[in-house]
Amino acid sequence: MNILIIGANSAIANAVARRYAARHCSLFLVARNEKRLQTQQQDLEVRGAKRVGIHVLDVLEHDKHAEAIKAGHAFFDGADIDIALISHGSLPDQDAAETDFELAKREIDVNGLSVISLLSHLIPPFKAQGRGILAVVTSVAGDRGRQPNFIYGAAKSLVSTYLQGLRGKLLPHGIHVVDIRPGLVDSPMTAQFEKGALWSTPELVAANIEKAIDGKRHTVYVPGYWRIIMAIVCSIPEVVFKRLKL
Amino acid sequence: MLLTGWGRYPTVTSQVTAPGNVDALTKQLPAYPRGTRLIPRGAGRSYGDSALAEQVVSSRFLDNFIALDAENLRISCGAGVTLAEVLRLCVPQGLFPPVLPGTKHISMGGAIAADIHGKNHHVDGTFCDHVESISLALASGELVHCSRSENSELFHATCGGMGLTGVIVEARLKLAKVPSVSINTESIAAANLEESLTLLNEHNEKKYVVAWVDCLARGAALGRGIIHCGDHSDAGELRHRESSSIGVPFTTPGFLLNRVTMATFNKLYFNRHSWAAGARQQDYDKFFFPLDSIRNWNRLYGSRGFLQYQFVLPDESAESGLTEILGAVSSAGKGSFLAVLKRFGAANENLLSFPRAGLTLTLDFKFEPSLLSLLDELDAMVLAHGGRLYLAKDARMSEAVFKQSYPNWEAFKAIKDRVDPEGLFASMQSNRLGLSGADMGSSTA
Repeated sequence: MNILIIGANSAIANAVARRYAARHCSLFLVARNEKRLQTQQQDLEVRGAKRVGIHVLDVLEHDKHAEAIKAGHAFFDGADIDIALISHGSLPDQDAAETDFELAKREIDVNGLSVISLLSHLIPPFKAQGRGILAVVTSVAGDRGRQPNFIYGAAKSLVSTYLQGLRGKLLPHGIHVVDIRPGLVDSPMTAQFEKGALWSTPELVAANIEKAIDGKRHTVYVPGYWRIIMAIVCSIPEVVFKRLKL
Repeated sequence: MLLTGWGRYPTVTSQVTAPGNVDALTKQLPAYPRGTRLIPRGAGRSYGDSALAEQVVSSRFLDNFIALDAENLRISCGAGVTLAEVLRLCVPQGLFPPVLPGTKHISMGGAIAADIHGKNHHVDGTFCDHVESISLALASGELVHCSRSENSELFHATCGGMGLTGVIVEARLKLAKVPSVSINTESIAAANLEESLTLLNEHNEKKYVVAWVDCLARGAALGRGIIHCGDHSDAGELRHRESSSIGVPFTTPGFLLNRVTMATFNKLYFNRHSWAAGARQQDYDKFFFPLDSIRNWNRLYGSRGFLQYQFVLPDESAESGLTEILGAVSSAGKGSFLAVLKRFGAANENLLSFPRAGLTLTLDFKFEPSLLSLLDELDAMVLAHGGRLYLAKDARMSEAVFKQSYPNWEAFKAIKDRVDPEGLFASMQSNRLGLSGADMGSSTA
């Protein structure tokens, strides 16, 4: 299997890549940090990947997106891409971004617009091959705007809404679209947080993502209990909800 | 966040960082203000306070493999890689870590820092005896490559050095080629301590040897136990196996572990194994890691946690020392399911490594205030018999006991002070034992 991963440096993407490496897939990793990409390349090769290619990209540079996707195709020698996983993102400083539009715009770009841009470059080749899976990591934060992270949430829900429409549009082309919504996941960014029972590890989330992709699911919450939590969060009447700082 | 060791005693509030790669770590280290006390932490499987401090740097995300050379039997990887991952990768190729402790959920860095041992110390030595080289991030942010030929002093201080010289970021380990990972095992019942020791001696040429001891048996049955021996089977399989495990979802009330329940458990264990004694073939996962089948088994000891007490006594005084110590434990009515007796081979050159020729006994005790004075009494007996305690298990030994039983501590401290002049690396344990930086003395955290 040929797998393209954008945002490969992220803890979740890294853990997913390891699972596919163990299945002897070929992987093409796109991310911002070259040194980290080289470390990942070595790691995935040791873990059994057939071939691993890397490409440096800052997703904010939209004009370089086409080139990154093209590099992926070249790496796979023009063969079909079985799975494209988009998993980059950043967690903005909500308070700062509320009053600094440039910062808000940047975060919405990283977490939202850049994903749409990348998808627009992936759709034509996927249509041409007439098969494949587009999997995008969004977030439970996109389900309802909550006080601590609604700019991040707004960007993620932008992507989720886009994917809902795209899924139907690509159905006749034999392309499947998966929206992956992780809850709280341990990563280098969250190391200093107190970890309650709702936190999960990138490894556990990755196992769920692999299953969701293999099983061609539509919208998956990882771990699954987040579907229930978010259903409850979404069912709280606005009169009450607007007073909640959760 | 609140942190503890595996024994869940003591507890400390720490700032934890988990750098995503070596670069991030080496940038982070020199940025700490003077006076910061920081300790590296791997999988958090040391029992006491050796991986606890106000600042903790976790190797959790330094978990990348670098190279596996199946022909030359070498593996290189980041310090955060767990032995479980190493096994997953190596077993299908007929390769095996040469030393395995009682759990596979430990990190490479932790294994080196504690210079861990397994059931085969008498044959194969410690984990670090198979470590070819390490890459160490110093307090200055400098990366130093250490091996027996390069920076050898620092190598021998860092192997077994409890993370006090710097952060181990990468390591290269020699692997063993094995015919299979099925283990031919043999279990033999011993009616008392003398018999247990005789059996351990008789089976000394076997690769893996360990004895479970019923530390609650009294009188004539004092020290009765079951000796388990094993070696790789020629006619087994090379499949990676992870036995299914069940979790302990919450901390059970500590009173459930009391003299009656433990004595009952021990009796059942002894009877089951003496009845089923004999030879059989066992999967490696079950043979090496029986406790991994119960995740979070440490929660069974209640909210106050437990202390593990592991000491080694030299051969010449082992029998009298063990009799005295087991007698004291048994008559105090304290004790546990986990009493493990092993024979160690000769010590290595690492300055703070625990193993030395003799016998080692591991006991665990539910924490209760009255326990500490009993353990102080046991310390005196261990010292009187020329023994010492394992730092990876310790949470309460005194500075005097430590310094008396680890004669190389001064050589270690000199090297530590040279590579970490401002005393950045310090744990609650090193503060207690007088191993922290010069200006810290032996003050407690």
